[in-house]
Amino acid sequence: MSRLGEKFTKEKVLLALAAPLLALVAAFLLSSVVIAATGKDPLHAFVVMIDFGSKSDSQVWIINKAIPYYLSAAAVAIGFRMNLFNIGVDGQYRVAAFFAAVVGGALSLPGVLQIPVIILTAMAVGAVWAGIAGVLKTTRGVSEVITTIMLNSIAGSLIGYFLSEDRLAVKDGNLFHTPNLPASGHFFTIPTDPKPVYGTVLIAVVIGLAYWFVLGRTRFGFDLRAVGRSEPAAAASGVSVRRMVVTSMLLSGAVAGLVGMPTLLNESFNYGTDFPAGVGFTGIAIALLGRNHPLGMAFSALLWGFLERTGIQLEFEEYAQEIVGVMQGVIVLSVVIAYEIVRRYGLRIQQRRVGAELAAEARTGEKAEVGA
Amino acid sequence: MRRVTQLVAAVSAAAALAVTATACGESSTESAGNKNKKGVGLAFDVGGRDDHSFNEAAARGTDRAEKKLGTNTKEMTAGNNETEATREQRLTSLAEAGYNPVIGVGFNYGKSINKVAKDFPDTTFGVVDSGSTQKNVSGMTFAEHEASYLVGVAAAKKTKNKKVAFIGGVNNALIQKFEAGYVKGVKDTDPKIKIETDYLYKESDKGFNDPARAKSMAKGMLSRGNDVIYSAAGQSGAGSIEEVSKVKGAWAIGVDSDQYRQKGLEKYRDAIMTSAVKNVDVAVFELIKSVQDGKPLTGNQTFSLKEDGVSVATSGGHIDDVKDDIDKAAKDIVDGKVKVPSKP
Repeated sequence: MSRLGEKFTKEKVLLALAAPLLALVAAFLLSSVVIAATGKDPLHAFVVMIDFGSKSDSQVWIINKAIPYYLSAAAVAIGFRMNLFNIGVDGQYRVAAFFAAVVGGALSLPGVLQIPVIILTAMAVGAVWAGIAGVLKTTRGVSEVITTIMLNSIAGSLIGYFLSEDRLAVKDGNLFHTPNLPASGHFFTIPTDPKPVYGTVLIAVVIGLAYWFVLGRTRFGFDLRAVGRSEPAAAASGVSVRRMVVTSMLLSGAVAGLVGMPTLLNESFNYGTDFPAGVGFTGIAIALLGRNHPLGMAFSALLWGFLERTGIQLEFEEYAQEIVGVMQGVIVLSVVIAYEIVRRYGLRIQQRRVGAELAAEARTGEKAEVGA
Repeated sequence: MRRVTQLVAAVSAAAALAVTATACGESSTESAGNKNKKGVGLAFDVGGRDDHSFNEAAARGTDRAEKKLGTNTKEMTAGNNETEATREQRLTSLAEAGYNPVIGVGFNYGKSINKVAKDFPDTTFGVVDSGSTQKNVSGMTFAEHEASYLVGVAAAKKTKNKKVAFIGGVNNALIQKFEAGYVKGVKDTDPKIKIETDYLYKESDKGFNDPARAKSMAKGMLSRGNDVIYSAAGQSGAGSIEEVSKVKGAWAIGVDSDQYRQKGLEKYRDAIMTSAVKNVDVAVFELIKSVQDGKPLTGNQTFSLKEDGVSVATSGGHIDDVKDDIDKAAKDIVDGKVKVPSKP
């Protein structure tokens, strides 16, 4: 029996490695075809990407860029784990960053208080914004897909309304932005050469650990995943599905509220033009790519940063600007498809083996009967 | 308990590794050689070179420099919803490769250009629609509200239904200048005219390259009886111009470039009454020339009606009949008799 267990794990490892490998090769080939179709040399493109992307300033840039992406993916993944499709991370993060910037710009506390106040404001606002969708789903049965995407657009209008001179913003040249945070609201940076890594990378690490621990190691996480697998089964074993829906939307929104913090506390220090729409949707792609796994999502967030960093260099080398967008799409599709193929293949061998074992058992049984 | 300590150890080791790893290897700045004079680095705003409007106005400046001064131009374009980090990298790439001057087209580059300029003190930078805070940056801003006032006068004179409209790309301080000038121009000419104003997006740059949205907004405005529509929305404007051209007797007013003369809009040119032109090309050309001459322009420069920084296009002859009114209004603005507000 122990021999069988050993064989099983080896096979499992092989299968687990097969999926990402298959995806990588497929993405590489497909991207090459696309680049070649634009009349450019695909190999040179990859050389440029690896060469430029591995430079020290590129490394720092990629890490800084990956922080909000990772947080965004974590927010999306919390929903995914219980079968909730929170596509409103985009709106949640922007509303949260906006009001956190307003609060931070209005207060002037010492750093030990100022930064937590800003961060907690962001989490609270994000949670409330996502909570609206959660409450609507449990009380009125409205699909969260519809409400969250509509809340995205309401978020944009709300920010647009308040982001004007006579309301919550100040005018700076041709632009509006919220008042600047005082110096006590600046998060520390980790000095590296030539540009520093944002200290907010720690927030991402903490969220990653919390995600792993809460979802994988607690009763609450178990309930959440149980609801995700089967609502009736979870309800039958005593889990309140409604409460789980609202709680996980609140959690997802709170994490979404953090997405804007690296930019706000380490870079812009105000809410102006630095909080583009779309980061929430990037989070969906990264969560898919990382298979909702805390480490997987970290790798995908870094990969995304790498692609964006090198994409600009590709444009500089006269490749089409859109190539990187195509690559990102191809990678996500390849990963999703590759995992499905490998899963089905694994299922088939398992079935075959069980079949063979059963047949063998039947045969020995027959023999024993004959012997008797 | 042991597992927790192990975990902590693993995480801190990984973090330490990550930090040291980031600091190794040469940076891209160090390995970029060849600092010869390469020409002009031009970073477009969303919509890109062929937006028939704002970006194209800047491109005409570099095109002229290519012809007259023999400079080369390297063009790069912004994507939708990009972050500050991406803009900084684009400008850094251009400066690092030795392009001089490096010009950012659009207020989006306001922050990044001043930041990147600090790292390249020997390169001259230019930014259109935003100010300069660095010694080696030239901030080129325009009096859009003055040109908008003049097209407002034209709109008031040409409307038959006494209803005119305005479409802005994004509701920010810059585009509000267009609205404010236009509304004042219309009201000063005929206070009875009804004006409908709307923006494509509250605060997303997408407003400058979403022609489909401009098209449907224009459709609504036309159906409510508006017969002149002024669109200040970059590439999106093409959508509303197209829609206006379908309605007989309705006029579109273009922006930034003389849109009557734009190749891509040729099909609709009979509906383009005039355009509020921003002479970005002149500003860009002058900056390139100053760098070539070794006396780079820096600091803030404002281009208003007075110095021909903004103007009204007369191509097509559609406003010949009201030219006297426009000239008079222009004279009043230049003489200071009329103050055009810059916010609605």
